[in-house]
Amino acid sequence: MTNDNLKIKLSELLPSATYDEGGEWLNVDIDHKDWLYFANSLRNHAELNFDYLFCLTCVDWKTHLTMVYHLESTQYRHAAVIKSKLDRTQPEIESVSHIWRTADFHEREVYELFGVNFLNHPDMRLLILPEGWEGRNPLRKDFEDPVNMIKL
Amino acid sequence: MDVKAEAPSNSPVRGESTAQPSLVQNAVDNKHISKSEASGLVASHIGRGREGAKFPGEVHSTPSGGILVTAIDDVINWARSNSLWPLVFGTSCCAIEMMSTASAKYDWSRFGFEVARATPRQADVIIIAGTIVNKMAPVLKRLYDQMADPKYVIAMGACATSGGPFFYNTYSVVKGADHVIPVDVYIAGCPPRPEALLHALITLQKKIKMGLTREQIRSESKVESK
Repeated sequence: MTNDNLKIKLSELLPSATYDEGGEWLNVDIDHKDWLYFANSLRNHAELNFDYLFCLTCVDWKTHLTMVYHLESTQYRHAAVIKSKLDRTQPEIESVSHIWRTADFHEREVYELFGVNFLNHPDMRLLILPEGWEGRNPLRKDFEDPVNMIKL
Repeated sequence: MDVKAEAPSNSPVRGESTAQPSLVQNAVDNKHISKSEASGLVASHIGRGREGAKFPGEVHSTPSGGILVTAIDDVINWARSNSLWPLVFGTSCCAIEMMSTASAKYDWSRFGFEVARATPRQADVIIIAGTIVNKMAPVLKRLYDQMADPKYVIAMGACATSGGPFFYNTYSVVKGADHVIPVDVYIAGCPPRPEALLHALITLQKKIKMGLTREQIRSESKVESK
């Protein structure tokens, strides 16, 4: 499916979504409350069949956080990028680890590095950082560590 | 590209057997001292020399074979330096260069780094090839502690030397592996070319052949760094 066709299809599923076609992939901006419904549709719709989540990350824009999901269909070979703004003080979004298993570890990584809380995640705890790092999120732009960090 | 370092001569007879016996003979002729005393003199000269590459001793041919004159410490150091097995240890891109150095094109086996061992119990030298993060530091310390004496450490590249590109604004990187374990030889570069690693390995060999203990090697490298 081409990006234009994808856009038409996704608009049918979620009319509130907005689009940005600047790059190789179709960028879809959605409200974080719609994410669980939208993710289920992307995965299970017969013509879309996004069965491969190949990147899950987060961006700190200082004013807000943005979750970024890169999805691809191994059947149709089309891809899309789903983005969703989150409140920086209390970032929360539904977990999709039951839809794409790979999201389990990726969401734990975003949880420890950005402090995003994934609702209904089966095992929401630190992935790589040692114990005691809860609440300190090193990839936030305002992260400070006077012991280990030499500021430039 | 040229590998600048000289290959150490592994043959004990080559070079020494042709030049040195005549020297001994001269000493015997001129100073009227016994041959054993003279050869002892020459051997001590060779053994303490800073050239490093030559076999520390001399061979006297006799009809039934030959007599080797040397100091046992020098032979031990010579043997040690020519059989340094590295530990399989790489934490980032420097490890790619280290693998290249081990492979056919550069082939560190030519210099006695025969084969990398996957266990610290069988390794003589640990090449810190990559970034050491705070979480890795206790692992590195344990690996070093598990290695049998004599053991040597090479810090390969900017990360292992000082933290390198991660010196500023990082919460996770150890600013130099020498905060964790003592280092004998440092290599500059990000990452260093295989030639640079070979040069560091040969530099380590030269230090060992000088006949210094580990502690002396380390105090010397501290002086060099000042």
